[in-house]
Amino acid sequence: MNKMEGQVRIPSGCAISAVISRDGKRMTGEKIIESMRPMHDRSNGLGGGFAAYGIYPEYKDFFALHMFLEDRAARKSCEAFLRETMEIVHLERIPIRTTPAITNEPLIWRFFVTPLRSTLASMQIDEEECVTRAVMAINTRIKGAYVFSCGKNMGVFKAVGYPEDVGYFYRLEDYQAYSWTAHGRYPTNTPGWWGGAHPFALLNYSIVHNGEISSYDTNRRFIEMFGYKCTLQTDTEVITYIADYLLRKQKLSLEELASVIAAPFWSTIDRKPPQEQEKLRYLRKVFSSLLITGPFSIVLGFEGGLMALNDRLKLRSMVVGEKDDKVYIASEESAIRVIEPDVENIYAPAGGEPVIVRVKEGKF
Amino acid sequence: MTYIDASGMDYRQLNAAIRDCSGDASVTDCYGQRFIGAGLEEGSLSITGTPGNALGAYLNGACIEVRGNAQDAVGDTMNAGRIVIHGSIGDAAGYAMRGGELYVEGNAGYRAGIHMKAYGDKLPVMVIGGKAGSFLGEYQAGGIIIVLGLTDGPRPIVSNFPCTGMHGGKLYIRSDCKKLLLPKQVIARPASRKDMNEVRDYLHTFCQLFGGNCDALLRQPFTVITPNSSNPYKQLYVTN
Repeated sequence: MNKMEGQVRIPSGCAISAVISRDGKRMTGEKIIESMRPMHDRSNGLGGGFAAYGIYPEYKDFFALHMFLEDRAARKSCEAFLRETMEIVHLERIPIRTTPAITNEPLIWRFFVTPLRSTLASMQIDEEECVTRAVMAINTRIKGAYVFSCGKNMGVFKAVGYPEDVGYFYRLEDYQAYSWTAHGRYPTNTPGWWGGAHPFALLNYSIVHNGEISSYDTNRRFIEMFGYKCTLQTDTEVITYIADYLLRKQKLSLEELASVIAAPFWSTIDRKPPQEQEKLRYLRKVFSSLLITGPFSIVLGFEGGLMALNDRLKLRSMVVGEKDDKVYIASEESAIRVIEPDVENIYAPAGGEPVIVRVKEGKF
Repeated sequence: MTYIDASGMDYRQLNAAIRDCSGDASVTDCYGQRFIGAGLEEGSLSITGTPGNALGAYLNGACIEVRGNAQDAVGDTMNAGRIVIHGSIGDAAGYAMRGGELYVEGNAGYRAGIHMKAYGDKLPVMVIGGKAGSFLGEYQAGGIIIVLGLTDGPRPIVSNFPCTGMHGGKLYIRSDCKKLLLPKQVIARPASRKDMNEVRDYLHTFCQLFGGNCDALLRQPFTVITPNSSNPYKQLYVTN
């Protein structure tokens, strides 16, 4: 029997693309799929996926749990477990389209849930913490069940396959989102399983990542002290939890997050204005275990925006461009040109320089 | 001249079509196909669109001209010939280049000219019309890199950590380089008339390709950076 992801380590590139409308105009998934085609050779067919924001307006107040389930029993166990602390307002199979390019799919369901007020009051936690704990519990304790997306009015769609095929499989033309991120995978440390495809997501945060971080274990040991469970041995999972920890729990800004995970070199800090020096030194010292070393280019999706970031040495490629209300981010310029030939202001952000794009207030 | 519409072709098909041409070729609608013109020995290739990574890798005598931007690793290990980019280029341009000429109208990304080298009659030359990213000329072992800084924008002409590990070759920057932090193993000095005479032909070619006044350019202050042979890397890592 093939070993599952998390049981094998294979020491050894990826493709990312994203688009966001600053006016909050919603786009179907077709364009983002097209943008992945020129980068086909960056992936090897062992993972592809998409995150879409603004897709569930009719359920926008409920957490949308997307799950891979091995069998009916796993679904029943999940349902029973969730009902202990939450109300399930709607559940259904996620619509898929069969294609020879995608095989061995698990059962794929989505549950729209809201934590019970009584649970929140007795546990003295907020609804986000309640959902996070439930997701960690399912992913570590319920056999054959894996929650891969749990935000509000957003969702992740991922599979083993090339990204173009994954987009077709999930019928992404039927979804309307104000921002999309996409990933083509070339797994380097793990064999490639559905759960290990990108994006990785927790609550409204999602990450697509090209690279291979060398600080994985340092980061994992630190983040697991705060209740996060890294179940898949894959670096992107830990980056997602770091983002959630620093943004949601520590209330850092996106710029500060970037200064922690892609901290400038001490010699670079020395040349900054005094006040900035003090802040950068503070962040590097307090969160030294969350410095991410090794090559990475990531796009972090969040409610109402995207942030693109390269490692401080810029060991992976990434370009940003814009046209009208849209901002495009991709590993390669060709991926942007193929969907927007007249893209303007194309540039490559420097290593450690975050590019933050937000939808205008009230437009999403 | 053979015309090739690259739309819908993967990199193998496109490169096979280029190899099958006798004489010059023009490629249109290029979207990210890699290795275009790899190892090509003769003729000229003109490209519109966005060629993929490793454009002109191992180029061995042919000329490639791109109307647009190019991506990463342009001219990777090129040996001879000329690449002209009417736009900007991505990271690691001229990676381990050992001969030939690379002219870029716009900016270069990180690590331009990394591990460039020279041997015998082989002298690689890279002219960047705009600005260069960090780690310019990293581990440079030979050849000539020229950065002109002619594009607008807030970034400095050369970003952080230039010439890290440089141990050969020459780097010209059109600036007094007062703010540039350099490693101890290199020396920066104002360019002399002799230094400028060495690169006159390359600047002339640059101005012919992209416009501009070569004489005016030659009168501007340039800084030349070379390895500091009295402060070698000996004992930097181990005592021996």
